[in-house]
Amino acid sequence: MRYSFIQELTELAAKNRDLILLTGDLGFTVFEDFAKKYPRQFFNVGVAESNMIGIATGLALSGKTVFAYSIASFASFRPYEFIRNDVCLHKASVVVVGSGAGLSYGEAGPTHFATQDISLMRSLPNMTILCPADPPEARWATREAAKLKSPVYLRLGKKGEPNLHHLSPKLKIGKGHFIKNGPDFVIIGTGNIVFNAYETAKILEKSGVSGSVISMHTVKPIDKKLVVELATTHDHIITIEENTVLGGLGSAVAEIISQMPNKKAKLLIIGLPDTFPHKLGSHNYLREVYGLTPNKLSGRIKKFLSET
Amino acid sequence: MKRTEEYLKRKAKKLRKEIIAMSFKGRGAHITSCLSVVDLLAVLFYQALKINPKKPNHPRRDKFILSKGHAACALYAVLAHKGFFPKEYLETYGCEGTLLGAHPEHGKLPGIELSTGSLGHGLPVGTGMALAEKLNGHNSKTFVLLSDGECDAGSVWEAALFAGQNKLDNLVAIVDYNKFQAFGKIKNIINLEPFFDKWKSFGWGTKEVDGHNLKELLKVIHSIPLMKNKPTAIIAHTISGKGVSFLENKLEWHYSNLSEKQYKKAIKELDTL
Repeated sequence: MRYSFIQELTELAAKNRDLILLTGDLGFTVFEDFAKKYPRQFFNVGVAESNMIGIATGLALSGKTVFAYSIASFASFRPYEFIRNDVCLHKASVVVVGSGAGLSYGEAGPTHFATQDISLMRSLPNMTILCPADPPEARWATREAAKLKSPVYLRLGKKGEPNLHHLSPKLKIGKGHFIKNGPDFVIIGTGNIVFNAYETAKILEKSGVSGSVISMHTVKPIDKKLVVELATTHDHIITIEENTVLGGLGSAVAEIISQMPNKKAKLLIIGLPDTFPHKLGSHNYLREVYGLTPNKLSGRIKKFLSET
Repeated sequence: MKRTEEYLKRKAKKLRKEIIAMSFKGRGAHITSCLSVVDLLAVLFYQALKINPKKPNHPRRDKFILSKGHAACALYAVLAHKGFFPKEYLETYGCEGTLLGAHPEHGKLPGIELSTGSLGHGLPVGTGMALAEKLNGHNSKTFVLLSDGECDAGSVWEAALFAGQNKLDNLVAIVDYNKFQAFGKIKNIINLEPFFDKWKSFGWGTKEVDGHNLKELLKVIHSIPLMKNKPTAIIAHTISGKGVSFLENKLEWHYSNLSEKQYKKAIKELDTL
C-alpha cells in the first residue's frame, strides 16, 4: 500500500505544485524518487511529529495541500493534540498519513502498533478517516484525500497486501463497497484486514453459508444508510478491524444499530482486545494470536451464526 | 523617530486602558500577561506588519500569531483599534455567547490567524506559514509572539530546529520574557537561561531588547532578518502587568480580577502616563 500511495502522490504532485509531502524521517527507500523529482514539495521535518503537524497546518492555512507521513502509531498518538487543535479546529487541508496499520510492525513491538488510532481519530470533529483495504483502494484514497481540502486520516497497511480490486475500483467516500455478495450474513471490514474477511467468507461459503463482504474504507463519515439497511434486512452483521474494539469501526456500526427502533440484525464486533500484546512475532503470528486469520475468523463467525 | 514613538506611546496607552476595561467587565483576562505585550503589539501592528484590515485575508499579508493565547484581550484590543472589527465588539468580552473567548479563535473574527490557548503550537504553525511564503516566492513575514513559560514545550524547539535548518529568514519569534509562569518565577521553575545562547545555537539571529522601550523595539523590528538566511528571535525583556504599578510583577494577578476601586485606580494611573 505504501508504494501505491507514493506512486499516486507522485502523479498528483506533478499536476499540483501546491501539494506538499512532509515526513517525520520515515519512508526510507520509498520517498527518494518523489524527493528527487519535487524537492520544493518534499520536507523531512525530522523525528518531530508534533512540529510536523503544526508545520502542515501552517502550510495548509497558506493554501497548500499537505500530506504528513509517519508510521501510524507515531503519526496519530504523539501529535494528537496538534491534529485536534491545529488541523481539525482549523479544518485545514492536511492528510495525516499513518503507515503500518494495526499490528503490521509485528516484531517491532507495541510502541509501533497502531491499534487505537481509528478510535482516536473518530472522536475528532471535521476528520475524515480513510482505511483502504488494498493497493488500488490506497491509490484511490490518496487521490480523494488530496481533493477533500479538509482534515483526513489516511491509514495505510505496510507492503505486500494482495489486491482485492481491479486496478481502478469505482469507490466513493462515505459509501461502503461490496467485495462479495451473499444472502446469509454480512461482514463489514475496514483497512488491511479486509482481505482476511474476504478469505473468511470464502471458507464459510465452502461450508454452506454464503455472505457478503463490505470494505468500509471510510470509517468516518460512516455509511449510515447502508448500515441501517443491512440491519433491517439481515440477521447477522460482523465487523472486523485491526484496531481495538473500543471506539473503532465496530463501535461506529453499533452506535447506529443501537439507535434503531426496528432492527433484525445481531452484531458481532471483532477486533483487538483492550490489552497490549505479551508475545511478539510476525504480523501473521499476531493475527493468529488475536483470532484474526481466515481460519480463526471463520470459526468465530460460524459460532455466532449458529448461536444467535 | 521621536514622533513615531510619541504616536506609539499614545496607542499603547489606549490599548492598556482597553485591556483594563475588558478584564474588569469580562473577568478572567490574564491582565498581567496582556499588559506585558502591549508595547510589542503597538510596534508590530502600527509600524511593522503589512496588513490591511479591509483585506484581512490578502495572500501576501504579513501574519501575526499570538502563540500565548492567554493574552487574547491585548490582541482583541489592537485588532479592533486597527479596524479589523468594530470596537463595540470588545464590550462583549466575557458575556455569554461572545465571539471573544479568553483565548482567540481563528475564523471567529478577522485578523486572528490561529486559534491558540494550548501553548507550543504557534511556532510550529508559524514555521509552516513562513515556509509556504518562501515556496510562493512572497516577501511577507510571519511573526509569532510566545510566552517565556511556553518555551518549556518541546514543540517550540522542534520548530526552532526546522526553521534554522531551512533558513526561514522570514520568520520572527518574539518571546515575551516577563519572567513569570503559572506557578511563579521562571528561574525557580524551569530556568530558560542562557536563553540568548539557546536561540543562537538553534541557528537563529537573536537579539535581546527592552520590550517596553519603543525606540529599541522600532530599531530591531526594522532590521529583520537580523542575520542573512536565518530566522529571527527577539527576546523581549518585559514587566508582567506593565503600566499599572500595583499589578506589576505580582504573580497573583495572573489569576485575579479587578475590583471597581482597583479598576478606577488603574485607569487613573494610565491617564497620568
